[in-house]
Amino acid sequence: MTIDLANARTTLQWQGMSVGMVALVASAALVFANALTQGPIAEAEARDLQASLAQVLPAGFADNDLLKDTVELTDANGAKKLVYLAKKNGSVAGAVFRNSARGYSGDIVVLMGVDAEGRTLGVRVVKHTETPGLGDKIELAKAKWILAFDGKSLDNLPVDKWAVKKDGGVFDQFAGATITPRAVVKAVKGGLDFFAAHRREILEGKSG
Amino acid sequence: MNMRSIVGNGLWDQNVVFTQMLALCPAMAVTTSGTNGLGMGLATTAVLVVSNALVAAIRHLVSPQVRIPIFVVLIATLVTLVDMALNAWLHDLYKVLGLFIALIVVNCAILGRAEAFASKNSILASAVDGLAMGLGFTFALTVIGLVRELFGGGTLFAQATLLLGPSFAFLETTVAPGYGGMLLMILPPGGFLVLGLLLAAKRARELRRSATPGSAGAVSPAPTFP
Repeated sequence: MTIDLANARTTLQWQGMSVGMVALVASAALVFANALTQGPIAEAEARDLQASLAQVLPAGFADNDLLKDTVELTDANGAKKLVYLAKKNGSVAGAVFRNSARGYSGDIVVLMGVDAEGRTLGVRVVKHTETPGLGDKIELAKAKWILAFDGKSLDNLPVDKWAVKKDGGVFDQFAGATITPRAVVKAVKGGLDFFAAHRREILEGKSG
Repeated sequence: MNMRSIVGNGLWDQNVVFTQMLALCPAMAVTTSGTNGLGMGLATTAVLVVSNALVAAIRHLVSPQVRIPIFVVLIATLVTLVDMALNAWLHDLYKVLGLFIALIVVNCAILGRAEAFASKNSILASAVDGLAMGLGFTFALTVIGLVRELFGGGTLFAQATLLLGPSFAFLETTVAPGYGGMLLMILPPGGFLVLGLLLAAKRARELRRSATPGSAGAVSPAPTFP
């Protein structure tokens, strides 16, 4: 048996067949695993999104399912932006949406909650590729810096103060990393500008 | 080959990073902290054990001419399956390890072990080899990560609880509170510096040992899979 196998292995047919078989089994395993994990992955991601939406809104701020109450609006760059509406007793009390700005390496995406008056309720960085140990202080898990945005709005903080201290603003920069906090400030400011431009549509809950 | 020498080879004598100089790409990329090194090492160990066992199981069926594509397909499939399964059922762990898992595919140490060991040995020996090599890799990554973290930020095992759970909070130590940090150690050059210095230290120790009478031949053998 072993002798036969040793001979068979040297033939071209065996080699072609074996590569084909392995590829077939591997693809089948992947298709099967994909079918099996698709549901749980989608659920886990929805749970994640819900958890991060809840983080940028104070407890008890909304009584609706934010994932179901959404409007789609066009931002200043002409891109579609999905806005999650936070409703209390049926009327829109605030909104949650993403905004992004270019950081030191790649885009920094923030998720921010804004109340009906345009005040920031909370900001979290949901995606970034900044230098670990330096730029990653924008994550709440690493530093409290991101909480400095809470309560700030375009009304209670003049436009020229929406900058890091080095540029004459009110937000701290990090030692060795100025570009990263500058980008986050820009992203939040841009988000508030977006909210101000679309305040009426958001409060009425209309897409446009 | 007995189990004892397999384990010894994996953990130290043929250590993936320190002796074979394999898998330097993930070793440089993720070792910005001890926790990251540990996470990458453990995820790699799991894949290494399964891929070694799998390759050993089919070693009589695979002809030498086509072994590399077959091993590559097997390893890539395995990593993708682990990635999907973690994402679906251990989502919190996935959020910490997710980045590393995709990097395992490009870890040449896994193909290296399949080629150099698992394709010539029994399933059990291959699984043990995978475990020992994986743990040796984990050790190397954790050490590099800890040194970089210590000089770069003054902490040890920061955020270990994200990876291992709250019961490991005792691992997190701040060695130098208020230390500004040495940026170079966190950035890629720091990885090369630390690895180079660790290798030099290992080499110096071996040379000193072989210079002592009665213990000749303690210098580690040349890499088997360059």
